[in-house]
Amino acid sequence: MKARVTVTLKSGVLDPQGKAIEGALRSLGLTGVASVRQGKVFDVELEGHDRAQAEALLKQAADKLLANTVIENYRVEVVG
Amino acid sequence: MKAAVLVFPGINRERDMARTLKLISGREPAMVWHAERELPAGTDLVVIPGGFSYGDYLRCGAIAARAPIMDAVFAFAGKGGLTLGVCNGFQILCEAGLLPGVLMRNARLRFICRDVFLRVEHSDSPFTRGYSVGQVIRVPVAHGEGNYIADAETIKRIEDEGRVLLRYCSPDGKLDEAWNVNGAINAIAGIVNERGNVLGMMPHPENHVEAALGVTDGRGLFVGLMEALERAA
Repeated sequence: MKARVTVTLKSGVLDPQGKAIEGALRSLGLTGVASVRQGKVFDVELEGHDRAQAEALLKQAADKLLANTVIENYRVEVVG
Repeated sequence: MKAAVLVFPGINRERDMARTLKLISGREPAMVWHAERELPAGTDLVVIPGGFSYGDYLRCGAIAARAPIMDAVFAFAGKGGLTLGVCNGFQILCEAGLLPGVLMRNARLRFICRDVFLRVEHSDSPFTRGYSVGQVIRVPVAHGEGNYIADAETIKRIEDEGRVLLRYCSPDGKLDEAWNVNGAINAIAGIVNERGNVLGMMPHPENHVEAALGVTDGRGLFVGLMEALERAA
């Protein structure tokens, strides 16, 4: 079973890397970009076939390690 | 002083730290590998040194904060044991939840390796008793992620409780954004936990303890710690 955990910065948390990327896009002449926030994606392969169990496991993984919930939010998707 | 210096893969300041601890206390610290589950018997100071544990993968300090030895550190700090985290050690303490907040990428995005000036805000702590309030000390920093931040409520609490022990300042001790090298909120360079027995700081006091290097401003921290431990014994 495949799953994806997406970790993003909470709104209001300053993202210097996102700002730098935003500036680089502008300097490439790509106009129309209002703002960029950088995040992380984890593609995870799971043993077993129980979706609910998989979601619970990934939530634990995100809370314990993948995200720092002081500054980050996360989203868990079981892709199937 | 019976210090234990934790060693994680990718840490590179553990020998500077060990050298300083030996120089000040006369006693070689124990070097404790991350996969151990216990601290040496009689340990009275745990030091988490600087470096790049696990190559800063995921987030600085995130993986080290979940290493097997950390359970022993939680137990030690929970009993009031003195715990010092420098640079990556500060990041690890935050990731482990022993200190609040987080260290973000430096505001100006650059890795900073230079001497900075710190103002000592409180001297009634085992970590800063070797200094006087308002004293300005010069010590080096070497980090890319030292921009301390926490939610507004947490910042208010640590400020109200007098838990910010060190702030970045100008050479004459003034708070000035131009001298706040990494953009940390309120120019915070070092904080303690609620109980005051765990200090995390970005700068490296262990690198300014020998006269041969021209500056010995870091000595006060280690001399003070040693005195605090002797008084407690």
